[in-house]
Amino acid sequence: MKLKTTLLAASAVMAVLAGGVNAKTLVYCSEGSPDGFDPAPYASGTTFDASARTIYSRLVEFAPGTTSIVPGLAESWTISDDGLVYTFKLRAGVKFQTTDYFTPTRDLNADDIIFSFDRQGNAENPFNQYVPGVSYEYFTSMGLDTMIASMEKVDDLTVKFTLSAPNAPFLSDLGMDFASIVSKEYADKLLAEGKGADFNNNPIGTGPFQFVAYQKDAVIRYKANDTYFGTRPAIDDLVFAISTDAAVRAQKLLANECQIMPYPAPADIEALKANPDLTMMEQAGLNVAYLAYNTLQAPFDNVNVRKALNMAINKQAIIDAVFQGTGVVAKNPIPPTMWSYNDAIVDDPYDPEMAKQMLADAGVTDLSMKIWAMPVQRPYMPNARRTAELMQADLAAIGVTAEIVSYEWGEYLKNSTALDRDGAVILGWTGDNGDPDNFMNVLLSCQSAGEGGSNRAHWCNEEFSALLTQAAQSTDQAERTSLYEQAQVIFKDQAPWLTIDHSTVFMPMSNKVTGYVMSPLGSHEFATVDIAE
Amino acid sequence: MIKFILGRLTYLIPTFIGITIVAFSFVRILPGDPVLLMAGERGMTPEHYQEMMARLGFDRPIWEQYLEYLWRLLHGNFGDSINTKQPVLSDFLALFPATLELAFCAIIIAVAIGVPVGVLAALKRGSWFDQTTMTVALIGYSMPIFWWGLLLIIFFSGTLGWTPVSGRISLMFYFPTPTGFMLIDSLLSGQKGAFASAAEHLILPSIVLATIPLAVIARQTRSAMLEVLGEDYVRTAKAKGLAPGRVVGVHALRNAMIPVITTIGLQIGVLMAGAILTETIFSWPGIGKWMVDSISRRDYPVVQSGLLLIAGIVMVVNLIVDLLYGLINPRIRHS
Amino acid sequence: MTDTPVTGPAPGTTRQMLAEFWFYFRENRGAVYGLYFFVALVIMALLAPVLAPHDPIIQDRSALLVPPFWQEGGSTTYLLGTDAVGRDILSRLIFGARYSLFIGIVVVSISLVGGIVLGLVSGFFGGWIDAVIMRVMDVILAFPSLLLALVLVAVLGPGLTNAMIAIAIVSQPHFARLTRAAVLGEKNREYVMAARVAGAGKVRLMFRTILPNCLAPLIVQATLSFSGAILDAAALGFLGMGAQPPTPEWGTMLAEAREFILRAWWVVTLPGLAILITVLAINLMGDGLRDALDPKLKRS
Repeated sequence: MKLKTTLLAASAVMAVLAGGVNAKTLVYCSEGSPDGFDPAPYASGTTFDASARTIYSRLVEFAPGTTSIVPGLAESWTISDDGLVYTFKLRAGVKFQTTDYFTPTRDLNADDIIFSFDRQGNAENPFNQYVPGVSYEYFTSMGLDTMIASMEKVDDLTVKFTLSAPNAPFLSDLGMDFASIVSKEYADKLLAEGKGADFNNNPIGTGPFQFVAYQKDAVIRYKANDTYFGTRPAIDDLVFAISTDAAVRAQKLLANECQIMPYPAPADIEALKANPDLTMMEQAGLNVAYLAYNTLQAPFDNVNVRKALNMAINKQAIIDAVFQGTGVVAKNPIPPTMWSYNDAIVDDPYDPEMAKQMLADAGVTDLSMKIWAMPVQRPYMPNARRTAELMQADLAAIGVTAEIVSYEWGEYLKNSTALDRDGAVILGWTGDNGDPDNFMNVLLSCQSAGEGGSNRAHWCNEEFSALLTQAAQSTDQAERTSLYEQAQVIFKDQAPWLTIDHSTVFMPMSNKVTGYVMSPLGSHEFATVDIAE
Repeated sequence: MIKFILGRLTYLIPTFIGITIVAFSFVRILPGDPVLLMAGERGMTPEHYQEMMARLGFDRPIWEQYLEYLWRLLHGNFGDSINTKQPVLSDFLALFPATLELAFCAIIIAVAIGVPVGVLAALKRGSWFDQTTMTVALIGYSMPIFWWGLLLIIFFSGTLGWTPVSGRISLMFYFPTPTGFMLIDSLLSGQKGAFASAAEHLILPSIVLATIPLAVIARQTRSAMLEVLGEDYVRTAKAKGLAPGRVVGVHALRNAMIPVITTIGLQIGVLMAGAILTETIFSWPGIGKWMVDSISRRDYPVVQSGLLLIAGIVMVVNLIVDLLYGLINPRIRHS
Repeated sequence: MTDTPVTGPAPGTTRQMLAEFWFYFRENRGAVYGLYFFVALVIMALLAPVLAPHDPIIQDRSALLVPPFWQEGGSTTYLLGTDAVGRDILSRLIFGARYSLFIGIVVVSISLVGGIVLGLVSGFFGGWIDAVIMRVMDVILAFPSLLLALVLVAVLGPGLTNAMIAIAIVSQPHFARLTRAAVLGEKNREYVMAARVAGAGKVRLMFRTILPNCLAPLIVQATLSFSGAILDAAALGFLGMGAQPPTPEWGTMLAEAREFILRAWWVVTLPGLAILITVLAINLMGDGLRDALDPKLKRS
C-alpha cells in the first residue's frame, strides 16, 4: 500500500516534470547531506542551505549579497525608543506551500511567528520535543532564550517582541536560519496524527522552493514554489547532488553533471578558473583564523613575547602554501568585508631578527611551546596541520622549539578552553549574522574568557570589553562603528592572537548560470538564479 | 543435519553477545563527545552541557546504558542518530541497498572472471596464460584499492570522459525506488536510458571493489584445481581413458568448487571493508561511507548499531556458507 | 642444541633444511625477484638518510608542486617533483619505506606473538579456556577488519602507533586459529607423547616441542599479514586515521595529495605505486615461501 502511494506520488511528479517540456533544472553539487529539513535544531551550513535557504523564509532577510537587513515576511517594523519593544507588521496573503503531504487552509499569520520561536525556547510547548531529545542550539547560543522576555499577538498580522535588555544585533538574529518561520497549522496536524517526526522529513515553508524528495546521502529535489510571495524563481527544478569530496565535485562540474558547486579544493582553483566553460565567482569569507596564545601562561602573559612570536611567523607563506594564495592575511579579528573594520591598523611586520631581539629583551631563552592544530578542515582553515608545520619551521628560525599537538575534534574544542592549556591553539570563526558583536564579543570579551568559554586566549581586557558592551546596547550605527574601531586598536596592541587569515570563498559555476549572488554569510541561495538552455 | 545447524547456532549466540559488548563498549570509550561536536567553535555552558548529556542518557552508569541498549535491541529498536535524529535502522535500510548492489556486482564480476581464469590457468599450468594471469592476479591482490579507484577516476572519468564521476544514476532520471536497487528500479521505471545510466554509474566502483576478491578467487580456484587434478581418482579416471573434458568438467571441477565456494563466502567481509574505501572515493551513498562519517561525528548510536548490523550480516553470510559447505561435504558435518 | 632427541622428527640438520628450502624457493622466479626487491627496499630504508637527496620534511617554499624532472617545469634538483609545501617527493618516498617496513614488522610481531600464545593456550588446554578464546576470536573476525581497525583507531586516537596496534589486533585471530589447529593436529603425535612421558613441563611442551613443528603455516601467514598490514595502514592513513603529517608515510602522503588529483598527478600516483610495488614484492615472496614450505604443493 505504502509502495503504491509512493509510486502514485512519484508519477504525479513525473507528470509535472514531463508536462513542462522546457522545465529548467539547476543541479547544485552540494558538499554534504543535510541533517534534517527543520533548520531550528541543527547548526551546519549544509543543513541550512538545504532547508532554511530554499524551503523557508524569515521575518527579516539579509539583502542578497550583503549583511544588511531588509523586510521578509514582515513588511515593516518599529523599535521603541528604549530599544526594548519590536513590533512587526506581517505581509498579508503569504501562502504556505501545498504539497502532496500537506494542503494549507489558511495564510501565514502571527500564530505561526510566535509558534516558530516559542517551540524553541519554551519547554512546555507541545512541539518542543517533537522528536525525542531534540534541542535548539542556535536559539540558546545566540542568547534568544534570555533575550526575548515575551511575544504577543496584537492582531493576525501584527506581532510584538519585548526584550529583557536593549540588544542591537537582535534584528540580525531574526534573519538567521534558525529563525525560519514554520507552519503552526502543519505542526498541529502532525501532532494530532502522532507523526511529529514528519515535520523534519517532509518540510512545509513559505520559501522560494518547495520540497519534493530526498534520497539519503545522494540527492535532494525541489521545485519552484508557485505561490511564493516574492519573485518566483526562474528555474523550475532545483536538485542538490550530494558529493562530499571536493575533487569529485570539481569533476562533476567539468562533466556538466552539475552546474554550480561550493568549496572547491584550493588546489583545483587555478584549473577551474582557466576553464573557458566555467565562471569563477569569489568573495572574501566572513571568517577569521587565528592562533590564540594562552595569555594566562608564562611567558605568553607578556605582551612583548606574543608580539615577538607574531613577528616571527611569515603569514604570507601560509597563504601561499596552505591556501594556494586563495586567502588574505588577517590583521584584525573581524574580516575586511564587515562594517567597522579598522583599516588604519598596521599589522606586526614579518621580521625574524627583530623577533629574536624582542625575545632576548624579554629575557626569554630556549623557549619551547606547543602549537595546537585541529584535525579537521574548516571554512577558514583548509589544513591546520600544514599551517602548524609552517609555523614550526618559522619559529625554529628564531630559536623557538614548537611541538605540534592535535586531538580528536570534539576533544580539541573542549581541551582548548581549559584555563591551564599548554600552548597556543589554531582556531577560527565564521560569522553568523554579519554583526561585529558576533565576532569580538564571542571570541575576545571577558564574559567568554572563563573555563569552557569561547575566548581561547583567556584574554580579559576590561577596557576592550567595556567598549563592546557599550556598542551592543547602542542602536546608533555610527556610534557603534566608532566603538568597534577603538576596540580593534586595543586588540592589536595587546596581541592576544596571531591573526592568520580570512579565507576567500570560491563558487565555480557553468557559464550558463546567471543571477547567482554570493552571500557574505556563506549561505547558498538559488531564488535569483537562472540557467540558459 | 539439524543437529549440525543447531550446533552452529549455539556458537553464534555467545559470539553475537560478544559483538554487542564490543560495539557498545568501543563506542563508549571513544574520546570526544557528540554534544561538543554539535556546538563547534561556539562551545556551550557547563550547565547546558550537562542538560544535553542527560537528555541523551549519557549521564547514567555505563552498565545501565548497556542493559537498556540490549533491551531495546530485543525490541528491534536500534536507537536514533544524534545528528539526523532519525532511527538508525531506517537510515541503515535506506543506504544498505546501495552497498548491497555494489557488492553484488563486484562479486559477480569476481566470480565470472575469477573462476574460469583460475580453472584455465590450472589446466594450462606453466603456460604464458597461467603466468600472465597469475601475475596480474597477484598485482590485483596487492592493490591499494583507494589509489586504484583514484587512478580509474582520473583516467576514465577525467581524461576520457567515458564514465560519470560519482552517484548512482544520472540526475535526469527520477523515479520511485521500491527495491532500492538502482538497476532493478530503473528497469521498473520504464524510462528510456535509465538502466544504461545506472549501469554506467556502477561500473567503476564495482571494478574497484571486485579487484581483490577477483584476484583471490582466481588464485584459489587455480590451486584448488591443481590439488584436485593431482588426486588419485582423477589420475585413475584419466588412466581409464575418460575424455579429458569429462574428467575436468565432472570430477575435478565439482570437487574443486568446495574450497572455492568457501573462499567466495569469506570475501563478504573483504567486500564490506572494501566498501568503506570504495564508497568514500566514489561518493557512493552506502553504509561504508555512512559509518566513516558517523565515526568522525561521534554519532554513538549510529556507530554502535551500524557495527552490530554489519557484523550480524557478515555472521549470517558465514553461517550460510558453513551450512552449504556441510551440505556439500558430509565429512565436515560429522566431525 | 643439546636436546635434539625431543625436538621431534627433524629430517637432518638445520643447514640441510635451509638448503632444501632455498632449492624450492629458487624454483619460483617471481619469489626471487620479490626477494631481491625486498632486500633493496630494506637497504633503502636503512640508508635513507644517505640515499635521500633532501630532508623529507624540509619545505622549499620557492618550489611548491614542482613536477618530475622529465616534465616541463621540472628540475633535476627534485627528481620526482615536490608536494604542496615544497617537500621532495623522492626523499619522502625513500623515507616512507622505513615506515612501511616498520609497520609491517611491528604489526606482524605483535599479532604473531599474541596469536601464537593464544593459539597454543587454546589448543593445548582445551575446555572452557579454548571456548572463551575462540569465541573472542570469532567476535573480532565477525567485523570487517578495516571497519574494526577504524573504530579502534578512533578510540585510541589517530596516529601511527595506534594504527599499528589496531591492525595487529584485527589480524591476530588468524595466527591464533592457525596455531590452535596445528597444536590440535600435533598434540597426540608420538613425539609429543614421548616428550610428555619424558617429563617435559607444559610450557616447555608448548613452546619447544609443538611450536617448531607448526611454523610453516605461521610463516606463510606472517608474510600475508606483513603485506596486509602495509595496505591497511595506508588505508587508515588515507582515511586520515593513520600516521599524521608531516610523517612521510605513503598512505598519508596519498591522503594529503588527494586534493591535487586534477592538478599534480605525481603527488597522487607515486606514493600509491610505491605501496603497490612493495606489497607485490612481499606477496611474491610469500608465494615462494608457501611453495617451499608446504610439502603438499611441493609434490604436485
